Order: sequence, then C-alpha cells, then structure tokens
Amino acid sequence: MANHAEKPAIKLEGLVKRYGSGSSAVEALKGVDMEVYPGEVVGLLGPSGSGKTTLLQCLGAVIDPTAGRITLGGDVTFDDDWKISDLRELRRDRIGFIFQAPYLIPFLDATENVSLLPMLAGKSNRESTARAMDLFKVLDIAHRAGARISELSGGEAQRVAIARALANNPPIILADEPTAPLDGKRSLTVMSMLNELAVQYRTAIIVVTHDDNIIPTFKRLYRIRDGRTHEEAGEGKSFEV
Amino acid sequence: MINLAYRDIANGFGRYMLTSLGLGLLIGVTLTMAGVYRGMVDDARALINGSATDIWVVQRHTLGPYAESSTLHDDAWRGIVGLPGVAETGNVAYLTMQVKHRDKDVRVMIAGFESGKPGEPMRLVAGRPVTRSHYEAVADIKTGFQVGDRVRIRRHEYTVVGLTSRMVSSGGDPMLFITLKDAQEVQFLKDNDAIVGDRERLAANPQFNRPGVPGLLSAVEADRFSNHNVNAVLVRVAPGTDARLVADNILRWKHLQAYTRADMDQILVAKLIATSAKQIGLFLVILTVVSTAIVALTVYTMTMGKIKEIAVLKLIGAKNRVIVAMILQQALGLGVIGFVIGKTVATFWAPIFPKYVLLEMSDAGRAFAITIVICTLASILAIRAALKVSPATAIGGG
Repeated sequence: MANHAEKPAIKLEGLVKRYGSGSSAVEALKGVDMEVYPGEVVGLLGPSGSGKTTLLQCLGAVIDPTAGRITLGGDVTFDDDWKISDLRELRRDRIGFIFQAPYLIPFLDATENVSLLPMLAGKSNRESTARAMDLFKVLDIAHRAGARISELSGGEAQRVAIARALANNPPIILADEPTAPLDGKRSLTVMSMLNELAVQYRTAIIVVTHDDNIIPTFKRLYRIRDGRTHEEAGEGKSFEV
Repeated sequence: MINLAYRDIANGFGRYMLTSLGLGLLIGVTLTMAGVYRGMVDDARALINGSATDIWVVQRHTLGPYAESSTLHDDAWRGIVGLPGVAETGNVAYLTMQVKHRDKDVRVMIAGFESGKPGEPMRLVAGRPVTRSHYEAVADIKTGFQVGDRVRIRRHEYTVVGLTSRMVSSGGDPMLFITLKDAQEVQFLKDNDAIVGDRERLAANPQFNRPGVPGLLSAVEADRFSNHNVNAVLVRVAPGTDARLVADNILRWKHLQAYTRADMDQILVAKLIATSAKQIGLFLVILTVVSTAIVALTVYTMTMGKIKEIAVLKLIGAKNRVIVAMILQQALGLGVIGFVIGKTVATFWAPIFPKYVLLEMSDAGRAFAITIVICTLASILAIRAALKVSPATAIGGG
C-alpha cells in the first residue's frame, strides 16, 4: 500500500510544455501537478491529444519541459531547467519504462534484455544475470530465460519488458498503455502484477491507459484534458485472475 | 558487458554473411586488379632480367626493341664489340605473332638469338637448348607446349626441344626462342607469290633491267630478297665496367641508341605500361568507391532496420559510445570477413587468368588497411542516423 507519510516518489509542480514560439506556440501541458508515492500504481487517463504522451516524455526525461518543477525521490531534477547533467543516467538508474509493445531487443535473449540494464549501470555480468533471474522468478517466466524474443508469446514478452523496467530497481516506472495488446483477462493479470510489484519493490508506477477494463483497478488516477490534470479517487478493485 | 554487435550479427547471420561474401568478391576483384598490374610490371622486368643483358643497342631515336620497332644492320655489332668495356654482343630479332600448335593458334613473342650470346633463352626447365641452325625452338612453359611438340611458324615446322619459365614479353605473351636466321626469315621473308610478283615488277623496271648491264637485276634482287636486319644488339659489359659509360660511348661514337637496364626498366614499366597502369588505377579507385558505397548502404540499412531498438537503448540509458561501438564493430566485421573472403578467392582464381597475376603481400596489407578505413568511413552515415534518433521515439514521439 502507498504510504502518504513518505516522500512522493515523483512530484510535479506546475509543469508546462510549450511547442514552438510566438503566435504559433502550442501549450501541450499547462501547469501539471501530480504526486505519486512509492508502492502506488496511478492511472493517467485522457483522450487523444490531451497531452498524455507529452507528459510521459517529460517525466521520462526524453524531452525538456518548458517550465515547472519535477522532484524525484526528494531530489529536484527539473526546475525550469534540468538539474542533472546526464539525463541518460537519470533514465537508466531512476526510471523504468514499459511500452505498449514490449520493444525488446530482438537480437538478445530474454535474460540479456533484462541484464543489459544493470550492465549499462556498471554492474558485473554475473550480478546482472542474477538480477534478471530473480525478476523472472517473481514474474513466473524463469523457464523462458534463455528464449529468443521471437519465441516468446505476447504475455511472456510483456513480462520480460516489466522485468527490464524493474532491472535497476528504479523509484518510478512509466507504463505507456501496457495492456493495449492484451485481452481483458490478461490485462487484469498485468495490472495485478504491477500492483504487486509496486508494493514489493517500493516503486511508483504511472500507467497511461485508454483501457476501460483496467480503470477500476486504480486506487487513484489523474485525468488529463487540454494539458491540465485533475486528480480523482479510483475504485481500487482487485480481481482474481 | 554484452557485445551487441556480435549478438545482432548472430541474429541475422545468413544475411550478414551473404553481404560479407558480396563485399569479399568485390575485394577479391580489387586484389586481382592490383595483381594484374603487378604481373604486368613483373612480366616487363622478367623480359629485362631474362636476357642477362647490360645494354640494349637499338635504332637511333627509338625506344626499341620492345616498346617501339627498331631496325639495325646485323653487322652493327662489329663496331660495338670493339668499344672499351664491351665483353660480348648478340644480335636479336623479336616479333609477336600467332603460331600454330595442334590446329590451335597460340600468341607468342618470337625471339631470334645467336647461340651462346646475350639474348639466348635462360632458366631452362626441361629439354635442351637449341643446337641446330634451323627449325628448333625453346618455348616458355606458359605456351602449353611440350618438349617434342611440333609448331608451325609461317611456312615451316619447328620442333620444341626445350622449355623455359618466366620468359614472357612485356605484354605477357610467352616467348618462343628460335635461331636468329630463322627469326629473320620469319620476320622479313615474304611468301613465294609475293617474291615472284616482286621479281616480275623489278624485271619490268628498265632502271634495273638494263640491256647493257647484265648483273644489275640480280644484284638488286639479291639485296631486295635477302635480310640482314635485326631489332637490337644486346651487350654484356666486362666485369667492373659502368654500363652507363659504355652506353654513352655507343651513343656518341656509333650514333645508335643504347639503353642500360635502368633505362629499359623505365621504358617498360613507366612508359610502355603507363596507360594500362592508369587504367587499372582508375578501375581500383572505382572499385574502392563502389565498395565504400556498398558497405555504407549495408551498414546504414542494418542500422535503420533496428532504429526502434536503438531508441529503446537510448531510452534505457545506453551511452552513445555503446551504440557507436555496435555499428562500427558490425562495419569492421563486414570488412574483415570480406577481406578474408576476397584474399582467399583472389588466391584461388589468380592462376586461372591468362596473364600473370602477381598477388603481393604488401598489396594485401594495403588493401586490408584501406578496407578498414572504408568500413570506418562507411559507418559514419549510419552512426550519424543512429545518434540523431531521439529516445522519445520509443514512447510514441520523436
């Protein structure tokens, strides 16, 4: 369970993203405020063009916000400008990514896809492989550790992608429509898994989704419309899957 | 750390190897072209070295006897042999022609020589030297003739009595050695019909067939239908004598052109095959450009084929050097495998070429270095494209 007595894993204050300048400028984010706590899975909902992807890219440090502040685990990483010089290091060590499609590296096997992250962070091969195997056990795909990506089913590939997101034990995971390619039952399985993992690894997970099927699983969610977020309480249902 | 380049290659091994094979064949052609040029130079030098001569005396103002035609009287040697420092002279006649061997035409350079004098065949590998005055020949092994074979040259049959090796013309045609008298006949003697026709023409000319001068027509005929010309006089100088000084003396006192070995090397290598060398040089440049384009296109296509993966790698924190190393290693791998294939095929197919192909290790070394430079340069395009990819591409933007 999320403990709101803790510091938020990520906190956004007045985040603005403006594309272009002058009269042709478009403001995709108009002062977004958001807080997500360790162990919490929060939904981010909104229609197309509402600014979901822009927000995710700002959070993922792949585009520069125009103004505002981002605090990651108590450290201010952005305050009208990045406070960290190496954004790749920030992404590698402190942010996990799960995509709509798994986007695994097809020329690496399942284990290598996961162990690559700790290796990039300077961990030894043995340590990195052990971390991957631990995550595979938790995600119940240890038997597929040596499989090539093309040999994995959609569900297995998505689990490998989740393991990769957790590989460096980041305080925050950004999940971009992780259930989009899955059917209803498997969507709920993934959400159940993310909730468990968030608690187990004390990770805050922000799930961008259109999937009505999984909306009832969020305890808290943010709706984004015209570049502004509105916090709502969710149903927080858990499903037997 | 996982070697991403190796894993990617292993994943598409067949395609990568096929591309390497294509590049390898191109490198093989490039090495062979360089070998053809080296072979031409070596052929030219084989001609110089094979005659064991210090000076070539030829017609004034010509680059004879190999690069230009040259005609001297066959008694020119008498004036040369008396000059200080001259140890030995030998008349030679050269002509390139087709000879008939077992109903097949074989292109050879016929060399007429005087037995025991400069210009006679060296490096005998089978049979014996020419001992008779007429109708015996010593052939270079590249002619394909065997000892005892009969060869038809113009009107006469010659017997191959010996074989030599690496005795070829500057053009790479194998040499066929016959006596000087035979060569003069082959070179200058006309066929019977032509002789009869010329005799009738002379007899009809009142200038030569005067009633009061009965011996004139016979004298003119004898002069017209006999041949006392050679193409060059080859000179061996006495030990310790500077060939340059002797050559200068021949030029000054005998009014004949005299070339030392260094001069002849210059004529054959720098002048005679200069155009061919330029042609081959240009061809090598084109092959290098084509190879660069192929490697660049291949590496670029391979990189663009995994652009999404590169975006993901960037998103999960892979540094640029990890991505650059992956592309560069793949390009260099292509070059190294291509070079090994190219060197192997060139070694196997070089002996099949009709002309001598000389594959030198120094050329192979240079080709390897150029291949590595090409692959490095060719990967720049792909590296630029990869480094431009935004990690945002991985999360639905870019």
